[in-house]
Amino acid sequence: MQKDLRAEETSDARKSPTRIAFMKHRMAARVKRESEEMVMTFPNLVVRELIAFEIMVIVLAVVSLVFDAPLEWMANPDHTPNPAKAPWYFLGLQELLHYFPPVVGGVILPALAVIALIVIPYFKINIKREGLWKENRKRTLVILLVSVGIVSIVLFLFRVYAMLIPTVAVTLFMLLPYFYPREDGVVGRLSGRPLSWWIMTWFVVIVIVLTTIGTLFRGPEWSWTWPWNGTY
Amino acid sequence: MKHVMGRLYTSQLWRSMFRHGLPDSNRTRAETIFYNFFLHIHPTKVRKRSLRYTYTWGLGGLSFGLFIVLTVTGGLLMLYYRPSVPQAYWDMKDLQFVVSSGQFLRNMHRWAAHAMVAMVFLHMLRVFYTGSYRPPKEFNWAVGVLLLVLTILLSYTGYLLPWDQLAFWGISVGTNMARAIPFGLGEKMSFLLLGGNIVGENALVRFYVLHCFILPVAGCVLMGIHFWRVRKDGGV
Ligand code: HEM
Repeated sequence: MQKDLRAEETSDARKSPTRIAFMKHRMAARVKRESEEMVMTFPNLVVRELIAFEIMVIVLAVVSLVFDAPLEWMANPDHTPNPAKAPWYFLGLQELLHYFPPVVGGVILPALAVIALIVIPYFKINIKREGLWKENRKRTLVILLVSVGIVSIVLFLFRVYAMLIPTVAVTLFMLLPYFYPREDGVVGRLSGRPLSWWIMTWFVVIVIVLTTIGTLFRGPEWSWTWPWNGTY
Repeated sequence: MKHVMGRLYTSQLWRSMFRHGLPDSNRTRAETIFYNFFLHIHPTKVRKRSLRYTYTWGLGGLSFGLFIVLTVTGGLLMLYYRPSVPQAYWDMKDLQFVVSSGQFLRNMHRWAAHAMVAMVFLHMLRVFYTGSYRPPKEFNWAVGVLLLVLTILLSYTGYLLPWDQLAFWGISVGTNMARAIPFGLGEKMSFLLLGGNIVGENALVRFYVLHCFILPVAGCVLMGIHFWRVRKDGGV
């Protein structure tokens, strides 16, 4: 308990009368900070916002002058293009549909992803700041290997190498600090990462890999097509 | 010149609009923020730490910036667009070849729309990796996820409007995915969305109304809540 509590005093009488705050180890970052340096919103923030916005509009304008938005022939229900692709942000999903039955790839997995995203901050596990290997190392190792093992077997059975390989790769990075404990460098930084960090990173890697494959590597009949042989 | 401007700044008309002098002292700088309808979303002072570009990367702000660009260009595009078959497609052609700067307008809207999906996703990653979803910000995170879904839906409904092959088949693929929802729910939902069993003129009108009215209004409300909560939860 002794270690969890810290006393701090502030003497800015206009903002707050003298007060004593007790702070526990796990708290929002803003409470933890001792005294924050403040600056006037105008001009510091407002001018930055304006500049960022203007740069963005200029970039957009230049891009719009150089590249034209696509427009194909008029819609024709009798003429199905091969492959028929959804917009790029759905191509990860379309790639999933290639591996799993429609209910799994098109409904259950995406619904789970959205629900998982929403509930992130409501779970203790995601509020933890301690590195994955901080405590209960043996138990953590067993749970990790069992759950990754189950996921990998399912992915292997469905031949989803596009998800299997990133899963194994992320797991290897997770295991790195366990077998080669280091204080600093890349491994040192990895060892400080909590479980939630790893799950999100795994999710993002999968999304990027699937979307890239769906966008650049899929041709007629959803077959594997190298981008230099044409993109569809 | 200085004299003229001085007269202007002290005139009753100017004062009735801005109520404060030029922002040359901390007091008037604060007043610049809280007497201004648009700026009073901000507190008068902000943490120096949260100003660093490498903290927020400006991603949330730029997502909103893209929304503004999309609203302006979208409004202009609406002047030239009729959501009917096959007129919608010919209106695209007119934008390309007849309307002054029509192609540029369309390009801006299109690229900004793609950019917004990416920008909002990146903003979500920033919030996650800086741990900014932690209590008391957990509800605003949930609002954010809804905004992400809404952004994708906005982009998706807009995708059908040009009524070309890309649009038609992109939407057909997407709505076929929705059909897989079990217990006949998918069928019902896709029927409701398309106003029929196939992507046709009814679908075009429904997507048009969703894209130009229902979803943007919902987005404005959610963004209002989102920004308000950023401050209520203690700022960035
Ligand atoms: C239309 C989409 C969105 C817009 C326009 C938007 C806008 C903003 C803005 C302007 C901020 C202030 C700080 C910053 O710029 O980073 C902010 C903060 C925040 N956003 Fe968003 N956002 C959107 C979507 C999302 C999404 C998808 C999430 C998460 C799933 C999210 C979660 C949050 C949270 C938790 C904060 C508070 C962060 C902090 O206090 O450091 N937002 N948003």
